[in-house]
Amino acid sequence: MAPFDLASSLGPVAYALVFVAIGFGFGAVLEMGGFGDTRKLAGQFYLRDMTVLRVMFTAIAVAAVLIALATSFGLLDMTRVFVNPTYLWPGIVGGLIMGVGFVIGGFCPGTSLVAAATLKVDGIVFLLGALLGVGLFGETVGSFQGFWLSSYMGRFTLPDLLGLPVGATVLLVVAMALLLFWAGGIAQQVFGEKKPWAEVRREPTRAGAVLAGALVAASLVLVVRGQPDPEARFARMGPEVRKSVEERAIFVDPAEVVALRKDIAVQVAILDLRDERDFNLFHVGGSRRATLPDLESPERLKLLLDQPPTTVTFLVGNGEAAATTAWRRLIAQGVPNLYVVEGGMNRWLERYPVDACVAEPVASPDGGERQAWRFRYATGSTQPAAWPELTASRSFRSPCVEADAGSHGDVHHARAWPAHAYTKRVKLKSKAAVKGGCG
Amino acid sequence: MRTNREPRPYVNPYVVGTLLGVVLFLSFFVTGGGLGASAAMSRVQAGVLDVVAPGHVDRVAYLAEMAGGARSPWAHYAIYMLLGTVLGGFVSGLVNRRVKLETRKGPRISVRARWGFALLGGVIMGYGARMARGCTSGQALSGGATLSVGSWTFALAIFASAYAVSWFFRRLWT
Repeated sequence: MAPFDLASSLGPVAYALVFVAIGFGFGAVLEMGGFGDTRKLAGQFYLRDMTVLRVMFTAIAVAAVLIALATSFGLLDMTRVFVNPTYLWPGIVGGLIMGVGFVIGGFCPGTSLVAAATLKVDGIVFLLGALLGVGLFGETVGSFQGFWLSSYMGRFTLPDLLGLPVGATVLLVVAMALLLFWAGGIAQQVFGEKKPWAEVRREPTRAGAVLAGALVAASLVLVVRGQPDPEARFARMGPEVRKSVEERAIFVDPAEVVALRKDIAVQVAILDLRDERDFNLFHVGGSRRATLPDLESPERLKLLLDQPPTTVTFLVGNGEAAATTAWRRLIAQGVPNLYVVEGGMNRWLERYPVDACVAEPVASPDGGERQAWRFRYATGSTQPAAWPELTASRSFRSPCVEADAGSHGDVHHARAWPAHAYTKRVKLKSKAAVKGGCG
Repeated sequence: MRTNREPRPYVNPYVVGTLLGVVLFLSFFVTGGGLGASAAMSRVQAGVLDVVAPGHVDRVAYLAEMAGGARSPWAHYAIYMLLGTVLGGFVSGLVNRRVKLETRKGPRISVRARWGFALLGGVIMGYGARMARGCTSGQALSGGATLSVGSWTFALAIFASAYAVSWFFRRLWT
């Protein structure tokens, strides 16, 4: 399923050629449209020439429709596609600066490449200027680093903002583009060509009408089809993902979780999917209770997606079934470095048992999602078994030892856990390698 | 480059836009990333600086990320895309008879003045592009197609700012 992991599947030359080919298409199309001619570009801002507006918004609308169609038909995995992260204010200030540069210089960086390629001296000079400007930024960004990193909103898209499905958002984008084309065409005739109002052509051109029809039809298909749900997306994710479940590569032994909790280079997050009762009876120290609908809410999902690449997230239930279901759905939505605790809490308590006077094993555990231990009372995370990586803590309670009067408030020592052998399963992965042109 | 014959006319903007949209889609579909130019430019700049003043590159975090120590800023997909873009522009220019050493400018300014303003505009544009983490193609076009909120506000900012200042620079173009 697209996009493809080119860096590992192609040799270095083929890898380079793919990008050269895409760049070739980009450059050739810009040149064909007249983007190598600064007068055509600047004409946009004096309402004489609507080429920039038409080409740009046509391209955005066409690409947005094609991307949404590809994801709708399950051909493209959007979670692995780079979406420019939103840094709201640096983006706006940068845009305002670039607007001035555009009017003064008559190009943007991409178009100046094409102008330079066709030997337009102004394009070559602009390109040199742009290199200087880029250099100047590198030298000065240190003095306003705080602003440059401010108002970070992560991967934040219009459907998230508007609370609309992707199809409806694309339809809105298309409608906006068509409206702009129509208004732009009129503005060009009135202000650029100075036509009297009576002679202004208000109906769209033939090319415009054909495009409008195709875009609207395609967006309606999107609205009707919708986007596949996480289960459907998981089903299309390719054999290696399903194999990782079958070959148990996603199931991590409690002992490995404990080892990672000791590793200062890694942050471990444990999401406990059990109900409140089981959670209160016993849970792993620092774990948080979560339900799948909670985790799939846009706000929580965004937090999961935006975790630093050194965070490993574990899902845990009493057994494995509930956590595995959640894993499939969250993986399909792009959550990185996500694993399931092997055997769930029942296995954890087998590895790291609590004192016999606190809980005892259920006579015949059903091996499923039921707790296999009967607790006398809620222990939360006060049992040493909740923090196997710690050797001592003030909060540990040892209720089975006869408390002598003086020991209250002292540091309680955990028991020495046996070293369990396990197969290492966690492999930290960083995010998408190709970020498009913005790097 | 000798082109005795008249250049061919430009292609209809809606056709060009559709083609550009398809190229952009293919870029996302195949590589997972969009189009762009400014990232490559900052790599070229860092690469040149790395030859002239490698110690400086290693000390400035922003540059070190691209070219610090043994890192090469050149072996990067953005550079390959930049090469392709120049090549594509050149070939299309050749086919359409537009490859010609000349300066395009507004009717009321001299060629030298145009060069001066092109340089100044380039500096401003390069600076702004890094501030905004992408140029018109990398942010507005690619981010616009993936419906990124930041890219849409960025695109609005460019257009708003360009229209706001265009009157003051009308001598350059009209």
